[in-house]
Amino acid sequence: MFKKYNRIIPYLLTGLMFIWHSVLYAQQQMRYPRPEFETDYTYPTYQYISQRSPVWEYIDVAVLIAALSLTSWLVLKKRSRQGIVWVSLFSLAYFGFFRQGCICAVGSVQNVSLALFNSDYSMPLTALLFFLIPLGFALFSGRVFCAGVCPLGAIQELTGFRQVKVNPKIEAVLGSVPFVYLGLAVLFSATGSQFIICRYDPFVGIFRLGAPYIMVIFGVLLLVTGIFVNRPYCRYLCPYGVLQNIFSRFSYRHLSITPAECINCRRCEPSCPYGAINVSDKDAVDEAVVKPSAGRFLYPAIIAVIAASFALIAYNAAPLLAGVNKDVMLAKEIRLEKEKGIKAVSEAAVAFRESSTSEEELFAEEINVIKRFRAGAPWVGIFLGLSLGLGFYRRMTRLPRTEYEPDRGRCVSCGKCFRYCPVKPN
Amino acid sequence: MKSRMEKDGNNIKSRREFVRKAGRIALAVPLITVPAILSRKTHATGFVWQIDPYKCTSCGLCKTSCVLTPSAVKCTNEYEMCGYCDFCPGFLRQGARVYDTGAENQLCPVGAIKRNFVEEPYFEYVIDEDLCDGCSKCVQACEDFGNGSLHLQIMQHLCVNCNQCRIARVCPSNAISRISENEPYLSKDRNKKILRGKNRQDSAGGEMKTNH
Repeated sequence: MFKKYNRIIPYLLTGLMFIWHSVLYAQQQMRYPRPEFETDYTYPTYQYISQRSPVWEYIDVAVLIAALSLTSWLVLKKRSRQGIVWVSLFSLAYFGFFRQGCICAVGSVQNVSLALFNSDYSMPLTALLFFLIPLGFALFSGRVFCAGVCPLGAIQELTGFRQVKVNPKIEAVLGSVPFVYLGLAVLFSATGSQFIICRYDPFVGIFRLGAPYIMVIFGVLLLVTGIFVNRPYCRYLCPYGVLQNIFSRFSYRHLSITPAECINCRRCEPSCPYGAINVSDKDAVDEAVVKPSAGRFLYPAIIAVIAASFALIAYNAAPLLAGVNKDVMLAKEIRLEKEKGIKAVSEAAVAFRESSTSEEELFAEEINVIKRFRAGAPWVGIFLGLSLGLGFYRRMTRLPRTEYEPDRGRCVSCGKCFRYCPVKPN
Repeated sequence: MKSRMEKDGNNIKSRREFVRKAGRIALAVPLITVPAILSRKTHATGFVWQIDPYKCTSCGLCKTSCVLTPSAVKCTNEYEMCGYCDFCPGFLRQGARVYDTGAENQLCPVGAIKRNFVEEPYFEYVIDEDLCDGCSKCVQACEDFGNGSLHLQIMQHLCVNCNQCRIARVCPSNAISRISENEPYLSKDRNKKILRGKNRQDSAGGEMKTNH
């Protein structure tokens, strides 16, 4: 019976072998043989330019400490606005244009939270130092980092020519944005999802002369706004400013408007572009001042309720927030493809198809990420609720003041108020 | 009011001082504990970001996700693996009418691949790093139809070595990791057998095959 095909079988087998071979061959690279040159051609070798010496990173830390110390001295002892401007200029040149905005303390918040909550992530030592040292200085001498060392602050400080006073109520509302920003940034980085602070850094594009188009527009808009409403990023966005704000409130020493005794002349009142001067109550009427004894037990209860409700809201919003994670995004896409037949075409989906991870693994990872968001989000809610509650508390139960003082939280120690004070140091 | 203030003045001052002191101590605690916790998780300098060419799926995100524009990721040609073909799938656009160096026939959108004649029938393909923006179109083509000698690398003289590489955050195949700066580049090896798809080998444990 096979006799009939006797002559074809070898050919068929040969064909099969070819197909088999080509399938095998296609799987490996080197589809084309290595050329055998007859001329004296030699393979070019790469002359890689070596990386910047790591010594620079230690120089960065040294420069940071030196600049912070110098600014502290200028703010506390020398009381020189001009000096602070010069340090700002240097910081803008060094940390901004020379080091191109990386490494930066603002973004290091994310490295720290990622390292704290992920066992497999090891963070650079310099990033940790850039996170801690400015906070340490804030605890000693206020927000001197914001005043003269932060390149993002410096670029705004040096372009704020006019002063437009912002209505205190609007200021308070916009001023709460950084708290939310910080909460989200910590949550996103702690869950290993995104580094939003770096991603939406408006000025780094200016330092590097290159960034996504939309971020350049945003940065320039902020700078133009900053000409009139000074330091808009620091006041209404900066997440590290929130930490500086908190630490500076309890600082050991702080910038003072007057070098000696305040004479309540009110001349410094209009000097602060940030509305960060606490008005003296010496000449105020009685009603303006409330003693906190009235709500001694009521207020903490209200704050606790606010914090708890924020935690609940955040817990329920966790799956929504988890949508920024790339695994969750991918899992959504793949599920949509499976259930509704909408083809997954994103780069992540294509790469996933080529990888060896199975769909089950991906969906398990998605659940894992959402679980982490559920664990972290309530803490962010509590933080936001506490900040809001304490903010209200401070507004409602203001203790009387006998002199004009900077608001230690919001004052960036820029020193603009110095020259308004007529009091001579004694 | 004034009398009350004078009476309370000292009280309030000391109260403020007390709150401040307590807060200072409370905040100094995390300032000390955070580095203590992280002391085991930090590394000093000496690490750079690099792409593992065996994990890379040439998706194109390197071009758009880097903090630098153009990206610090560039294409490199592993000459030892290159076939020096006349018809180079990484150089020529698919469906090109004529197989020559005309701009309309080239695959690279920025014309960063230079084609030099070596000898009949071999051509050398050199990447102009100043032009290359790391779009990985040629890498994909070389991987699919050629020897896979073209691959992406993070150029260390351009990379600003961010705290956290932004491309690594979005890389769908987790191909970017920190490696020692003593050997800052990961090249391809012509003797390594590559199996794409489900059986893809990890670069570290890749199966070796001698190729003659």
